[in-house]
Amino acid sequence: MKVGNIQLPGMSSLLLWGLIWEIVGRSGLTFFVPPLSEVIATLFSVIGTPAFLTALSETAYAFFLGVFFAIVIGVPVGILMGKNRLADELLLPWVNIFLSAPLTALVPVLMVLFGFGMKSIIITTTLFAIWIIILNARAGVKQINRSLVDMAKSFLATPWDAFFKIYIWAALPEILGGIRIGVIRAVKGVIIGQLLISIVGFGALFELYSSNFLMGHFWAVLIVLFAMAFAVSELLAYLERRVSYYAATR
Amino acid sequence: MSQTKSAFGQAASLDTEHAVITRNICKNYGAVEALKDLSLEFPRGQLTSLLGPSGCGKTTLLKIIAGLLEPTSGEVEVNGRLINGPGPNRAFVFQDFALLPWASVMRNVAFGLELRGMPKSEREAIAENYISAVGLSGFENSYPHELSGGMRQRVGLARALSVDAKVLLMDEPFSAVDEQTRRKFQEDLLGLVQNENKTFIFVTHSIEEAVYVSDQIAILLPRPSRVSEIIRPRALHGKDVSNIRRDPEYLDIVDQIWASLRSYVE
Repeated sequence: MKVGNIQLPGMSSLLLWGLIWEIVGRSGLTFFVPPLSEVIATLFSVIGTPAFLTALSETAYAFFLGVFFAIVIGVPVGILMGKNRLADELLLPWVNIFLSAPLTALVPVLMVLFGFGMKSIIITTTLFAIWIIILNARAGVKQINRSLVDMAKSFLATPWDAFFKIYIWAALPEILGGIRIGVIRAVKGVIIGQLLISIVGFGALFELYSSNFLMGHFWAVLIVLFAMAFAVSELLAYLERRVSYYAATR
Repeated sequence: MSQTKSAFGQAASLDTEHAVITRNICKNYGAVEALKDLSLEFPRGQLTSLLGPSGCGKTTLLKIIAGLLEPTSGEVEVNGRLINGPGPNRAFVFQDFALLPWASVMRNVAFGLELRGMPKSEREAIAENYISAVGLSGFENSYPHELSGGMRQRVGLARALSVDAKVLLMDEPFSAVDEQTRRKFQEDLLGLVQNENKTFIFVTHSIEEAVYVSDQIAILLPRPSRVSEIIRPRALHGKDVSNIRRDPEYLDIVDQIWASLRSYVE
């Protein structure tokens, strides 16, 4: 950010918004926004408590398993759709429908099918993340240079080798981009799952704090959640930059 | 069993002077005839150019010989046997290099051998040889995006050489490199044809390039695609490489080819 001719350090805008938050909080305008300093103090007092740690581990468990399935299923399906015309025509309408569908409305159906436990939460998380991962892997494969495919054929690559030594790598920039967006959607999925299916994890904490008007606690947990999602997405963005050197020259 | 054996023996002895033969190749894309009844013979150990205006089907023919495209009808024989898809007796050099951008020069050159399941140390020793043969020693650990266009094509050439195929198929290999690099490549190619004992099939749209590097030039004409003429500028290759471009015979052949092609160029 730049003000006049002075180059401000990175994240300066966060400081500004933090300051505004503090002022609004101190003015006592609404109970909904306690001062930032109070939220941060609450954050540190909450962070070591068993309730918080259980919530964290339950959420992380569902989140990572959900994302894991989304990647392990989504990437091969996307690559298959990019390579195979029939698979593409069969699956593409469904992928597009689910990408834009209000998945929250599906959660009650999942509860009927898979029960009220962790299983349904994990499936909800996967459902939020998987569609964009499929679409991006498909797009990545579709733009593979025709002569790379010919090269693999002319050197007699087996389908297995072509998949693991060429397709995955050639589509990697798009695949990582899809996973990054998918992970952000998975954060939504896991919290919605926890709120709607069974009140566990961070969802339970949100429910508890907001119904008891503990706004300081509420914001503290939200900040932790946001920081975690931000960290994961930045890590993936870093990996994306690592492969971007060849994205333009494939 | 003995019958098939003797049959193969016969075929091999009949066609020893031709490494590749195409017979009555037709290729249609829907209603469009890309190639029509095309028959050609490619002498062993020599370089044959496929020359013609764009759209004459020269790359299509090359890809059919490579086994990358299936002809609508007709057959291709390599070393006395009909082909049925790509095979280890042919290697392809691509116009746009077709290198793996995420792999080092070493891995790219050894990639053909890697796909054949050769152990790492063995294939890297072979690749190392060809990397230095094409003049890229010291760049083993570089990545394609760090190299110039000419150096990238040297990697593509080293990859094709390292699988030790008897037939080398080159699809306008020098069209994406600059003029000076191109001239150097053409000189190097002459040396390669002399020393490697391989059969080269070379697609180009440059008349000068074809006359300079070829033992035999097949001129293809479009609509419908066919071989119009076969020219053998072999006499040129007895002469000193640096004088070829000033040789009256060279200039005559270039003029003659241009005269027969000019009416097909818009």
